[in-house]
Amino acid sequence: MRIVFYRLLAVLVPLAVLEILCRDRFITPLTLPAPSRILLGLWAVIEKGTFNAAILKTLTNVGLAFVLSVVIGIAAGAAIHRARLLRALLEPLFSTYYAIPIYAFYPLFIVVFGLGDAPQVLIGFMLAVVSMMVSTLAGLDSVPPVLGKTARVLQLGPVETVHSVTLPYAAPYLFTGVKLAVAYAFIGVIGAEFIMSGTGLGYEIRFAYDNLDNNVMYPLILLILLIAITVNMSLDRWERRLRARRGHG
Amino acid sequence: MDPQSPIHVSLRGVTKVFVSGLGRTHALGPIDIDLRRGEFFAVVGPSGCGKSTLLDVIAALATPSEGVVTFEGRPIGNTVPDGVGVVFQENACFPWLNVADNITFGLRRQPVDRAEIERRLQYALQLMGLQDFAHAFPSQLSGGMRQRVCIARTLVMQPRLILLDEPFGALDQQTRLLMGDELLRIWRATGATVLLITHALDEAAMLADRVAVMSARPGRILEVIETGWPRERDSQIVSVPEFGAITARLWTLLRAQSMQALRPEAV
Repeated sequence: MRIVFYRLLAVLVPLAVLEILCRDRFITPLTLPAPSRILLGLWAVIEKGTFNAAILKTLTNVGLAFVLSVVIGIAAGAAIHRARLLRALLEPLFSTYYAIPIYAFYPLFIVVFGLGDAPQVLIGFMLAVVSMMVSTLAGLDSVPPVLGKTARVLQLGPVETVHSVTLPYAAPYLFTGVKLAVAYAFIGVIGAEFIMSGTGLGYEIRFAYDNLDNNVMYPLILLILLIAITVNMSLDRWERRLRARRGHG
Repeated sequence: MDPQSPIHVSLRGVTKVFVSGLGRTHALGPIDIDLRRGEFFAVVGPSGCGKSTLLDVIAALATPSEGVVTFEGRPIGNTVPDGVGVVFQENACFPWLNVADNITFGLRRQPVDRAEIERRLQYALQLMGLQDFAHAFPSQLSGGMRQRVCIARTLVMQPRLILLDEPFGALDQQTRLLMGDELLRIWRATGATVLLITHALDEAAMLADRVAVMSARPGRILEVIETGWPRERDSQIVSVPEFGAITARLWTLLRAQSMQALRPEAV
């Protein structure tokens, strides 16, 4: 319980300092409004519902990118794990993958897919899917051979072995991939909305920024922050329950 | 062992050669053995002699390079036949499932109704002394308890042939002796044929009706020794004079082979 108190303190003390600095006009409202004002602004934004459509759009696209990357990432990871030659071919590419600024391809995606949701979902997916694949491979590598033998003795087919033995064993690794996939999906979609799009939270933040509308911009940034923290914390709790049962971590 | 019992498992001219980029390794054979239905058969041999390969071949986990393995009169193919259970040396528990779910894992995938699954589960829990741990997870159990879970998981499938690959190798000596007693009880209770692979001579001498001694690689059967124990027996048999004699004979046969396995160039 004590640790929770200190954690709260670690967040609240800097916020209080920021609040005082803003109210003293040491930081001008044009740079940053006081945290309390941002919070009130967020409440107003939510109450009025002006950005409901944008919020829904962003969350839908993040959700799409996330689900696609997890499903395809696990399936591709499991497939590559079986195909040794393909894996030897692809593995060096995985390790350099995140050195590529994927946003550089964004204009191309727009040319190909138009200005709809597809380019944003694609960016989020492309950022997330490889970490999911790499986590799946690491997880499947960790499965002791004796469990594969056990599955054969219990007369499980190859698909059922993956589904009922190897993937469950690899679950903690997959979870790492899932957490990364959530983060990458958010980064990808919101980033793409920032650069070029007509809807979504990223677009609205940029629009507010262009109009020096701090009363909208900061509350929306706070909103994104809160969503990301909530998602991550609930995943963390779930993961801890899973690990506690298996007796590590 | 009753020499009139029908032959349950038979190996004829079985060899295993591993081919890799480094060349061919002749790991096993040729081996000819017959296991009779309901007998407790142990195989001992120096490390690296292909004991585990022998078990893999019988379980259809590996295909022999030459020769034929038959189980209940039918040659073994590429899949593990019905009625064969295997217990490995390594911890083969599924860490995400509790003890009860681990034990019924294979059974739930068979056309067996729920009442029967429950009945077999309770029987196995009781036989292995796991009643109080049905809802525990493997991480909460000792190595010996985990191995009991793996044995129970094999038992609920009601195998007619149980293959054990150094099942007590990772356990301490007292636990090994006690697990040996349990193995004998299971063997009597189920009437299954048991093949035990071990490097522990005393374990083989105490548990088995017949003990096959294997040579250094490529593993061949040097001799099969009858222990002549009564079916009703337990670990107290280690204090009988014949036990010492059998162990000594096994060691005499194995000593030269083990030396060869340790220093192949000196022989």
